[in-house]
Amino acid sequence: MNHLIVAPLLLPLLMGAIIVLAVNRSMALHRTLGLISSLLVTLITGALLYQAATGPIQMYVLGDWSPPFGIIMVLDRLSAMMIFITSLLAFLCLLYAVKGTDEQGKNFHALFQFQLLGINGAFLTGDIFNLFVFFEIMLLASYGLVLHGGGARRTKAGMHYVMLNLVGSSVFLIGVGILYGLLGSLNMADMAVRLAHAPSDNAALLQAGGLILFGVFALKAALLPLYFWLPNAYGFTSAPVAALFAVMTKVGVYVILRVYTLIFGDHAGVAANVLEPWLLPVALVTLVAGSIGVVASRDLRQTIAYMVVASVGTLLAVIGTFGVDAIAAAIVYLPHTTFMTAAMFLIADMIRQQRLDAGAALTPDRPVGQERLLGLLFLGAAVAIGGLPPLSGFTAKVTMLMGVQSHAAAPWIWSLVLIGGLLGLIALGRAGSVIFWKTIPLDDSGVDAFSKEPHANIPRYSAGYVFPVLILLAISPLLVLFGGPLSDFGYAVAAQISQPVYYIEAVLGSDAVAALMSAGGR
Amino acid sequence: MELLFSICLGVMIACGVYLMLRGRTFPVILGLTLLGYAVNMFLFVSGRLHTNLPAVISPERAQYADPLPQALVLTAIVIGFAMVAFVVVLALRASGELGSDHVDGRKENES
Repeated sequence: MNHLIVAPLLLPLLMGAIIVLAVNRSMALHRTLGLISSLLVTLITGALLYQAATGPIQMYVLGDWSPPFGIIMVLDRLSAMMIFITSLLAFLCLLYAVKGTDEQGKNFHALFQFQLLGINGAFLTGDIFNLFVFFEIMLLASYGLVLHGGGARRTKAGMHYVMLNLVGSSVFLIGVGILYGLLGSLNMADMAVRLAHAPSDNAALLQAGGLILFGVFALKAALLPLYFWLPNAYGFTSAPVAALFAVMTKVGVYVILRVYTLIFGDHAGVAANVLEPWLLPVALVTLVAGSIGVVASRDLRQTIAYMVVASVGTLLAVIGTFGVDAIAAAIVYLPHTTFMTAAMFLIADMIRQQRLDAGAALTPDRPVGQERLLGLLFLGAAVAIGGLPPLSGFTAKVTMLMGVQSHAAAPWIWSLVLIGGLLGLIALGRAGSVIFWKTIPLDDSGVDAFSKEPHANIPRYSAGYVFPVLILLAISPLLVLFGGPLSDFGYAVAAQISQPVYYIEAVLGSDAVAALMSAGGR
Repeated sequence: MELLFSICLGVMIACGVYLMLRGRTFPVILGLTLLGYAVNMFLFVSGRLHTNLPAVISPERAQYADPLPQALVLTAIVIGFAMVAFVVVLALRASGELGSDHVDGRKENES
């Protein structure tokens, strides 16, 4: 058994606990421990990604209780990619956070490690009740992080976020209860096999159970009727937290992709493809609503938060076609949108701190202190997010549009994705011109803005401050340069997901696959 | 017994949902708690209702109550308890910071 698989969970858990014990020690110690842990987890998940990309699906059996009885962790290509993205993003966000954000509260670093544990656990687990537990760990840490730093707006947005997610947890348990009551198993691979044999009397209940779970995952992913918590929660929280949360909505996307291909896939008998009529329309409407929010926002951070909604809509619309090409294309888009939105949250925070009165609001103000630096960073991130040619947004969107072209709803997806992209560009262009061009001039144009009175107290960014943002932005051209291997990897992931027999064989052995086949599945 | 159980669950869920839709934080938290209880009961019966059966396998009896939902409920109770504790603290802090116990932080006269 490969013990490396469980390391991305144990390391943050251990480090978080140590940081809690050292709560009254110096912030420098917290920072060192947090950074070491995140860096190690990034390296480990990188190694796991390499193993998963070149090898078969691996399983880690906790306590050696062999499936379907115990809890298992499963490392396939999709989960390996997701934990690598999460860990890398967490490390870069932490590099930014240690420049000052973490000083607003004592427990930032401990919560950050527990957050990492929860997200990585949700990606790795192969058991649906354990998924619930990791969701709760992830949410409890995120409640603390959303409220980090305090303030009335954060508290208000945080309260909505907490209460909605508490309701979501209850609904998750109802869904799991229905499915366990009918199938008698919680191991996802075993549930898939049992669902294939489920009698047709239970069809309605099984389908209802599946769709109740979709409601919870839609809340996590921020799909249309359930995204209203996101713009305020993400827009008003501290920047590194918002940047890390760029991957939290992707937990919802991942779980939808996992559960509705593995458990409720083609072979699921009476509940086969239960999500197919729902996902695409809901995702397209989310894309439209998110794009309208992007244009309508009067605050830069909220604009970006709505871009998260629009990107989830795009991603799930493409996944909603359930084609192999489309899923492969979505895999190419996913890292791009996660890293670029995160970069944009950090850049917006740097802009906010250097504007004297307006903060992140899109109203004219005196110029920012380091106009060239911030202007160039904003331009780079905007080109990437907006989907303009040299950077990864363009290649990723083209790949997606090509991936869905054989689907019947392709005209809808094409036009809405393209219009959404155009609205995003307009909003970013407008934000950039208000912040950098439509400025109120300083009293007398001088050599150094920082020596003047109104600018005297604002922070000046050193190379170390900008470094994590630069790394995040550098990922975009890298995604273009290595577009070939990335697209091949996307196909490898999609091939693995759309044939759940590989997953079931890795977890339960070939007998289970034979049982699945005998039910008349593919 | 099934009928009694489902009526109880239904009433609890209905009360929970009603309280959750109120505007002040205290009834909302009560509603969340009630909903949590109802869900725990629901999870418990996913192993079916039995009377006079051993909780875990016993050599004298052929049948036994499903032990897994009991373990699940235990986990769910612990998590739910922690979450309620957290949301109570959050609501107290919000009423301090926003100067109102409305979930949207509205003042008395705005309603």
